[in-house]
Amino acid sequence: MLTNKPNAGKKSMTFQGKNVLRFAVLVFCVSFFLVGTACRYDMQDQPRYKAYKESEFFSDGKAMRDFPEGTVARGQLNENKALHTGKKENADPNAQVETTTDELGNTIVSSFPNAIEKMPINVTKETLDRGEQRYKIFCMVCHGPVGKGDGMVVRRGYPQPTTYHDDRLRNAPVGHFFDVITNGWGKMNGYASQIPVEDRWAIVAYIRALQVSQNPEIKSGEADSTDKAAEDNKNETEQTGEAETQEPAADNGGAN
Amino acid sequence: MAQLFHPGANNIAKASLVLAVILGGSAFYAYTQIARSSYLTNQYLEKQQPVQFSHRHHVGDDGIDCRYCHTSVENAASAGIPPTQTCMNCHNQLWADSPYLEPVQASFRDNKPIKWERVHDLPGYAYFNHSIHVAKGVGCSTCHGQIDNMASVYQENTLQMEWCLSCHRNPEQFIRPKSEIYNMEWSDSDLTAEERSKLKVDYKIRSRELLTSCSTCHR
Repeated sequence: MLTNKPNAGKKSMTFQGKNVLRFAVLVFCVSFFLVGTACRYDMQDQPRYKAYKESEFFSDGKAMRDFPEGTVARGQLNENKALHTGKKENADPNAQVETTTDELGNTIVSSFPNAIEKMPINVTKETLDRGEQRYKIFCMVCHGPVGKGDGMVVRRGYPQPTTYHDDRLRNAPVGHFFDVITNGWGKMNGYASQIPVEDRWAIVAYIRALQVSQNPEIKSGEADSTDKAAEDNKNETEQTGEAETQEPAADNGGAN
Repeated sequence: MAQLFHPGANNIAKASLVLAVILGGSAFYAYTQIARSSYLTNQYLEKQQPVQFSHRHHVGDDGIDCRYCHTSVENAASAGIPPTQTCMNCHNQLWADSPYLEPVQASFRDNKPIKWERVHDLPGYAYFNHSIHVAKGVGCSTCHGQIDNMASVYQENTLQMEWCLSCHRNPEQFIRPKSEIYNMEWSDSDLTAEERSKLKVDYKIRSRELLTSCSTCHR
């Protein structure tokens, strides 16, 4: 070993040969350790493209390629016009629309001759739940939790969108809402790249539900029973605008 | 066994045997610690990004859902880096003239992607898919930490294999209801151990043997 006395090597040549061998093994081990750890990074950064990786091959530097224009993926011909555009089969792009001008000078469209009136998908409880979830992801930031146009981004200074709860939009056909989500409207950008078609229709269904929730039709008989319930301090009605206004009264009753 | 020391070996030579064991052990211990250190794993390392984008502002202050920008997290391996178009949904109006946003404006103007610095970089030999994790009850913050508190995003965990396995061996310790996946405030103690074990059954999470099989992650 290294601590052998200096005269040890002189005694026999074979012992010195062993020393050289041991030294060679040591050098091999150390260099294997150094080289071996470097190998690790070759395997970590393999010469293939991951999502969003930069490319030196393509002139625009993107490894993820855009589809050539006009590409139709299998099963995505989108030939169902009502489903994919929200417009009627015989839609006329030059159809005249009625407009008014609001106090800010914005042009407000109040007739939608090309938009379909009927939902092209079956609306179930699941559709509405999905629509609620997607509305809260994509729409609520501006349109607010119930669609009054008071979302957080608007409070930060984005131009306020119109409320869903006026007669113009309550009477607007479903196809109009779908078209706005798909292609944008006014200051709003289109969301076609962020929301798939089925989800857009689910959101439209949920917007309709929101409109009903803020403007419930109360038949005279039901209204009577609701009033009676309020008098009895039993607030078991559905969560509607009516019910909300009665809550303080009910709370006061409970406090007595 | 042949004689270990030459007859001329002194006490220092004999002590070197003990020293070799101690040194070797220390070196191995040091190696395990360095390998887990943030120097090698990049844990807690904040990177300089081309835009001073703050998740704390967009998620924490504005309450924007993760999926508004990371649209493919439920359907694909990659959660999705939003195109500049998504930024412009709001920033065509808000802070549109701010010099902080000039790289975003330039990207939109020239139709060139923003060159974000990757924070979570898995090795090429590891397969990872976001969609299956969120579908089986693994929330964002379980791996990414409280993004809504991060002005600039850093890697909350080591992303080393032993860290992956800590959950793949016992997923019931970390899963949550699907309605809470995107809840940044969620804590593992919000459910009892029994409730989490029930979730594991409900979500049909596979056996420990399958989850820790080599080919689950190394394909």
